[in-house]
Amino acid sequence: MTEAASSDVSRPPPIRRIARRQGLLLSRRASRWRHVTGLCGHGILLLITSSSALAVLFIFFFIAKDALPFFITREAGLLERLREFFTTSAWYPSSVAPSFGALAIFVGSGLVTLGAALVAVPLGVMAAVCLSDVLPFGARQLVKPVIEILAAIPSVAYGFFALVVFAPLLQSRGGLVLSVGWWCLAGPVAALLVFVLSDIATSRLTRQRGSRWIRPAAAAVLGGSALAVLMYVGGRLAGIEVGSGTNALNVSIILGIMALPTVTSVSEDALQAVGRELREGAYALGATRSEVLLRVVIPAAASGICAAIILGLMRAVGETMVVWMASGNAAQIPSPWYNLLQPVRTLTATIAGDMGEADHVTGSARYHVLFAMALALLSISFICNLISERVISRATLKLR
Amino acid sequence: MEYRRHRMRVSLAGAVLLTCLAAASAQESRIVVDGSTTVGPIAKAFAEHYMADHRDVRITVSESGSGNGAKSLINKTCDVASMSRFMKDGEFKAAVDAGSFPVAHIVALDGIAVIVHPSNPVRNLTVEQVRDIYLGRIVNWKEIGGPDRPIVIISRDTNSGTYESFEELVMHKQKMAKEVEYVGSNGAVRQRVQSTPTAIGYVGLGFSDRTVKALSINGVQPSRATVAAGAYPVARPLYFFTNGYPQLGSPLHAFVTLHLTPKGEEIVQSIGFIPVTMYSADSDQSDD
Repeated sequence: MTEAASSDVSRPPPIRRIARRQGLLLSRRASRWRHVTGLCGHGILLLITSSSALAVLFIFFFIAKDALPFFITREAGLLERLREFFTTSAWYPSSVAPSFGALAIFVGSGLVTLGAALVAVPLGVMAAVCLSDVLPFGARQLVKPVIEILAAIPSVAYGFFALVVFAPLLQSRGGLVLSVGWWCLAGPVAALLVFVLSDIATSRLTRQRGSRWIRPAAAAVLGGSALAVLMYVGGRLAGIEVGSGTNALNVSIILGIMALPTVTSVSEDALQAVGRELREGAYALGATRSEVLLRVVIPAAASGICAAIILGLMRAVGETMVVWMASGNAAQIPSPWYNLLQPVRTLTATIAGDMGEADHVTGSARYHVLFAMALALLSISFICNLISERVISRATLKLR
Repeated sequence: MEYRRHRMRVSLAGAVLLTCLAAASAQESRIVVDGSTTVGPIAKAFAEHYMADHRDVRITVSESGSGNGAKSLINKTCDVASMSRFMKDGEFKAAVDAGSFPVAHIVALDGIAVIVHPSNPVRNLTVEQVRDIYLGRIVNWKEIGGPDRPIVIISRDTNSGTYESFEELVMHKQKMAKEVEYVGSNGAVRQRVQSTPTAIGYVGLGFSDRTVKALSINGVQPSRATVAAGAYPVARPLYFFTNGYPQLGSPLHAFVTLHLTPKGEEIVQSIGFIPVTMYSADSDQSDD
């Protein structure tokens, strides 16, 4: 003991060596090797992760690279081109004296998206509420996959349906289709509105005088007037004759159906994320199921539902095949602008449809203008994506 | 297991070597076709058919427009210029100055049928009336003897050769109205017209069948006979131009005379053009 102590005075303590010998510590070489391989692993993982981000950057870069020559040319100044592109609506890219006014095409994209929103938002949100809070668990497990199947149908199949089945139907029985659609969409919304309004009205009124006739009376008055409005508009719609079945309405409805699974599924997740505590608390305070839904659960999940709507609409903005087949592709601004019964042309359909010819004359304005459109489209969906990210993160913060 | 893998590797290497050798040794002849988007589909279909039978010939077809096709032929960067019009004087002169003599081969006749729904009472229009419809000056069928309903105007997309022909022969390069709907194929135009009672559209003559009604133009019913006789106004011949007449028996000669064979005729018809040969006697446009 004393011998060992005296001999070890000059040397470093042998604990490391003993540990290494017993396999508790790696040899210096092995530990260095392990360090290096660890670094490599990190590097590779970083590369893989960043490659998708890099891909987005590259796509942005190359599209911008091919878009810029459209705006910066020898024939026309930058401002002139910008003004032509964004504020005029004469789209004749292949003509002898070409003009590249894309305003009508932007309006077409916007209009179709708006129409899709009118279809997908009420239906999707209501379906989500129904799935998360109304249906029993077993039914929900059955219904949700069926709704999600809608997302699995290829878009060309939707397009074929829109062109071959839906367009002729709109032409021959346009009024009927319109009024049935009106009842399907506006009926439930009106019922909901009547319910909520009569609820609010009675709660205001009964605070002053406690009569039990007020509630049914208010419901009857509101319901009657809502029914009258529904029937009036439905009757007017039934009288409409649709000239061309390939129009903004046709595409809006199909795009709405395509966006439906996204809206439903994401907003259902948001509704589920509202915890049991809130619901049970509300029930414990004596709220009815509809009050819990309308005043507690939906407001709490509002930002998640917003994000769902944005995601669903981005699906509609970016969809190409259906609009190319069934929107009519007429580069016009409908008159009046909200007239969904006229054919329109969208950004995606223009890019897809005109690229075939344009790439034979690579370098021409006709080629570059399509990239300018792609850049605009990419920017729009990029901004939408950022907004929805922001909204979702705000939602999760709030719920914590 | 090990043995099999080894053998596979050897055979793979052998295959690679063989293809390299084949590529290097075989005298591969290339034919470059450039020109009109109207004639392009014919050239592409011919190339596909010819290359399937002759593995040693490579044919590339690009569509940059008739004018560019002529330019390429003069510059000798292509072997065949596919053109939807005859060469202009200036192009011919430039070619002769460059030491070549362009020879025209008429591969097909391009007739465009203006079609409406079978229930439409309108039977005949003039070229001017068709143009006015597509310019948006005539907007209702009652203006030209039909029912009091707005006209749904359907056009091929601006990429297509059919559009190019129509723009040339009917529109005289004037811009179509904004309300015109664009559709991606001849079949889709026909589909839209047969399902829309108030529609008017145009298709390559080969695509007009009994489900739609082809209008007479200037009083002439479109058919193979009237197009070939030059009586139907919305029609024109389509050309292949070569530098001199190709050497007999060469792949180039076979390619530019393919339209004279029964198979070539079938191909021309299947793309919607009118063949210059008459092998199938009863293949007039109404029989589809």
